[in-house]
Amino acid sequence: MRATVTVMLKQGVLDPQGEAVRHALGSLGFDGVQGVRQGKVIELDLADGATKADVTAMCEKLLANTVIESYRVEMGA
Amino acid sequence: MKAAVLVFPGSNCDRDLAVAFRSVGADVHMVWHKDTALPDGVDIVGVPGGFSYGDYLRCGAIAAQSPIMRAVAVHAGRGGYVLGICNGFQVLCETRLLPGALMRNAGLKFVCRMQALRVATVDSVFTAAYAAGQQIMVPLAHHDGNYVIDDAGLAVLQAQDRIAFSYVGNPNGAMADIAGVLSENRRVLGMMPHPERVVDAAHGGTDGMALFSGLTAALVAA
Repeated sequence: MRATVTVMLKQGVLDPQGEAVRHALGSLGFDGVQGVRQGKVIELDLADGATKADVTAMCEKLLANTVIESYRVEMGA
Repeated sequence: MKAAVLVFPGSNCDRDLAVAFRSVGADVHMVWHKDTALPDGVDIVGVPGGFSYGDYLRCGAIAAQSPIMRAVAVHAGRGGYVLGICNGFQVLCETRLLPGALMRNAGLKFVCRMQALRVATVDSVFTAAYAAGQQIMVPLAHHDGNYVIDDAGLAVLQAQDRIAFSYVGNPNGAMADIAGVLSENRRVLGMMPHPERVVDAAHGGTDGMALFSGLTAALVAA
């Protein structure tokens, strides 16, 4: 059982790293990049029977800081 | 005054903090992160700077889940004092003992230099020995010191006079120039600058001394 957690800064929280990437893309000549937000992807290998609720609890407790970050959980095969 | 200084893998200001506590006469105990209890009778817990757990996942996130932090939360919950400096401030935010979070510096660079701070409140044992509005010079050394809190949270900090120190000239993008904040009961302080590095003139300054001497003045009787 595999789960993929995507953690992103919440909308409205300024992302200095994403801004730097946006500037760098502009200076490389990639026009029209209006915004870049950088996050992280965490892949979990889980024992059979693990539920989305389990992974959500992991996000709330450790994987995301919900003061500034939002997360999305996708359960795979 | 009995002080405990926590030691995580990757802490690197733990000994400096112990020296600062000892310089004001504290009985200092170093406490390993896997310990589940603080020494009996501890008045104040110091959460030191450094790179606990290599800053993996988020600065302070993994340290916040260590066994000793559960004991620190109990200590704080019953009115004990806690001082978190730099990575220690990040740990206290991650444990939610303090509000807000510390993000990557707005300039993206690691900032390492002397920084002017304003003592924003003298209503705490940590700041009582300073003059209100006093400007002090304290070293900074961090990559993730950009303090962020939502508008409602910021309004609460301001209304309750819980901003302990503010930057004079913002080095990292921190909201409202916040360098350090107090808990609601004013007994937990987290700050990014390093007062423990300016307690000896031979190290370039003594502006951090009043923080530690103020603690002794308040806690020796306790």
